[in-house]
Amino acid sequence: MSQHPAPHRRIVAAAAASATLLALAACSTPGAAESTPGVTDETVTVGTHQPLTGPAAAGYSSISAATKAYFDYVNDQGGINGRTIEYVVKDDGYNPATTQTVVRELVQEDEVFAILNGLGTPTHTAVLDYLNQNEVPDLFVASGSTSWNQPEEYPYTFAFNADYVVEGAALAQYAADERPDATVCLLGQDDDFGDEVVEGAELVLGTGGLAEVQRYSVSNQDVTAQIGAMQAAGCEVNLLATVNGFTALAVGTAAKLGYFPAWYSSSSGGDYPTLVGFLGEDLAPKLLQGFISTNYLPFSPDGEWTALFRQINDEYNDGAPFDGNTVYGMSVGYLFAEALARAGDDPTRESLLDAVSSGELVGNGILPLAFGEDSHAAYLGVGITTVDQGVQDFVGTTYALEGGDVVTVEAEPVPLENEGVPAP
Amino acid sequence: MSETTTRAETTPAEATTPGEAARASPRMPRPLRTLRPPGTPRLLPRLTGLPRLLVVAASLTVLAVAGTFLLDPYRNYQLALVAATFCATGGLTLLIGLSGQLSLGHAALMATGGYGYALTANALTEAGVDGVARFVVSLFAAIAAAALLGLLLGLAGARLSGPYLAGVTLALVIALPAVTSVFGGVFRGDQGVQIAYDGVPPALRALIAVEQWQAWVSILVTAVVITWLVAIRRGRLGLRMRAVHGDETAARLAGVRSGRVKVAAFTVSAVSAGAGGAVLCFVTQSVSPGAYTLAFSLLLVVAVVVGGLGSIGGAAVGAVVVVLLPWLIGTGIDAVDLPSEVEQRLSGNLAVLVFGGLLILVTAVWPGGLAGALRRRRIRSSHPAAPPALHPIPTEPER
Repeated sequence: MSQHPAPHRRIVAAAAASATLLALAACSTPGAAESTPGVTDETVTVGTHQPLTGPAAAGYSSISAATKAYFDYVNDQGGINGRTIEYVVKDDGYNPATTQTVVRELVQEDEVFAILNGLGTPTHTAVLDYLNQNEVPDLFVASGSTSWNQPEEYPYTFAFNADYVVEGAALAQYAADERPDATVCLLGQDDDFGDEVVEGAELVLGTGGLAEVQRYSVSNQDVTAQIGAMQAAGCEVNLLATVNGFTALAVGTAAKLGYFPAWYSSSSGGDYPTLVGFLGEDLAPKLLQGFISTNYLPFSPDGEWTALFRQINDEYNDGAPFDGNTVYGMSVGYLFAEALARAGDDPTRESLLDAVSSGELVGNGILPLAFGEDSHAAYLGVGITTVDQGVQDFVGTTYALEGGDVVTVEAEPVPLENEGVPAP
Repeated sequence: MSETTTRAETTPAEATTPGEAARASPRMPRPLRTLRPPGTPRLLPRLTGLPRLLVVAASLTVLAVAGTFLLDPYRNYQLALVAATFCATGGLTLLIGLSGQLSLGHAALMATGGYGYALTANALTEAGVDGVARFVVSLFAAIAAAALLGLLLGLAGARLSGPYLAGVTLALVIALPAVTSVFGGVFRGDQGVQIAYDGVPPALRALIAVEQWQAWVSILVTAVVITWLVAIRRGRLGLRMRAVHGDETAARLAGVRSGRVKVAAFTVSAVSAGAGGAVLCFVTQSVSPGAYTLAFSLLLVVAVVVGGLGSIGGAAVGAVVVVLLPWLIGTGIDAVDLPSEVEQRLSGNLAVLVFGGLLILVTAVWPGGLAGALRRRRIRSSHPAAPPALHPIPTEPER
């Protein structure tokens, strides 16, 4: 075999060159954090994972834009404690595998202060361990799974939504109150979302109280079989544990089958303007007349929060369609700003968590927040909304879950102060 | 493909016909040394055969592990992903390049490994087993599950060929989400299966971050799998796979049992894909159908074609491309500061477009893939005066 000296030298040279390159690109492991990640004298950087593409995009991609618009508004008013808020949004396509990658990128590359409002039960479940192991504040997860409320196991994670058990119980209670003799069924996503709404509904209706439970998978955009089974079972009230896209799909598919039951949706899939986007301006008001949904945010068309958010939406969000996602995204931004304001002049990850678990945050929901030392749940109650003539509003019934029992409570909306910019 | 032809043509004495080369003799010729194109430089010229392979593999592994110290945690995480993907592309390049069977469903085999790993690991966690024992047992369970599925596919593969086989494997990867959804009690539907967090062993905790530890595990598993693949490629089975691919009838006449060779090739590639899926599950602590889509499956094929069919080095290049290109494109899009709507539209989609473009470009310009292109440069530069006819680089696939 050839043993020319020249190639040898070349290989050695190449090896030396690549070693130098690698050394130049050197970084330390494990990195010692000298200062709080994501916080400078002028800025606070937070990150999120959102489905900007993929099966859940159409229902939720506007949330992060709304949050960003609210932060832009706050920044223009001088920021929080003199710092502007930067919001880094990464697309995960509602795919848990991608969430893994983008959240690592946010934490390790972009060095965010906290993860804010990561969206989705299956997606966020994939990074729950990672964030808590790395002691990254994981605030206000955009999902109603009860997984986020485990202070012992996941001290860094806090929920934002009213949890699905609460929503399931409230929907079932409303069905029991309004339609006591109806056959109640459920269509749910085949993950924790579906499981927990079933759990909540069975708190009220008893085990087996749901005449029919059908499940769908997000990766399969066809629910004809499920809707057909519900029709065959004679379901009159259908509880929905569905994301917006599948709510529209379920209602549309049923209409095609000539089947018109009452629909009771959880807040995650019950946003009327978003559903109009799916079903069309002409069909939606007919198909969704009387559509019941839960909500815990200030969504009344004539409310002061809605007016402010509408104004911010026009000024900072290019006048994007104003819907429940807009209110949701801006409410998330408001709650974070409030937590940041309470975290002190030099916020650290610890002081941020202390601020949230102090129990002093009020947020802007229709019921008080449940955050505290041993509770990482945000809202333990929801109001019932209905759609009438194309307008979705609260009917005035509000339920809360108190130790396994559903009770009727009075809504306690938070008044708007300081033009929607939290002060410390 | 280019590699096999190059070798066969440069050393006609060694492998005149597939049959002669593959004749079952107690002492197999050592194809590695004599089949090498003359003039290619090499380190450690005295060492040959298996010892050489082991030494090279060990040094590369040590080098890769040492390299993790130069990387920050996120790069190490990416390195771990590359290593795991390399496991799968290594087996796939052998399957397509050497045995000539096209699998479009390799992501499903990886997923089988991932689920095998996750379910076993969870069962073991419940039984109170953890640490190295849990990892090793789960890894073997993953490999066994993938191998079984690979064997079944291989049995179909031996009876089918070309587009029909590709169709079967394609169906497999398309059916994956439905399978996980129908058996939701076990596979947890789209949410997938999560496994317990596996931190850095206490002894190393002060020294390295968890991502570096994950990179080490990935590199070690991949090193073992790839070394095994290289040994197969150079050994008797590799020769028979080439023979069957080259001319199945001739190979049969020469006594090669082509059906068995094909099944073996499928099983081998399934084992490596399963190991890759298991490592991926270990690194990300979860497995879900969303991680193993049809697009990912096709990307694996693109990776081995772009890297160079049949070439292990090409498979490594392909793995790097699959993992890093989407990230690079994403970073690029972020840097350009496009309007958010355009950005949204591009994210996720542009990577697929670039992969398509890359595939066309590479097959048009360097039919031997990137590995083939590099080899050609090397041969040219070490023999500037040699007429090209002596070292033909085929532009047509065999047969």
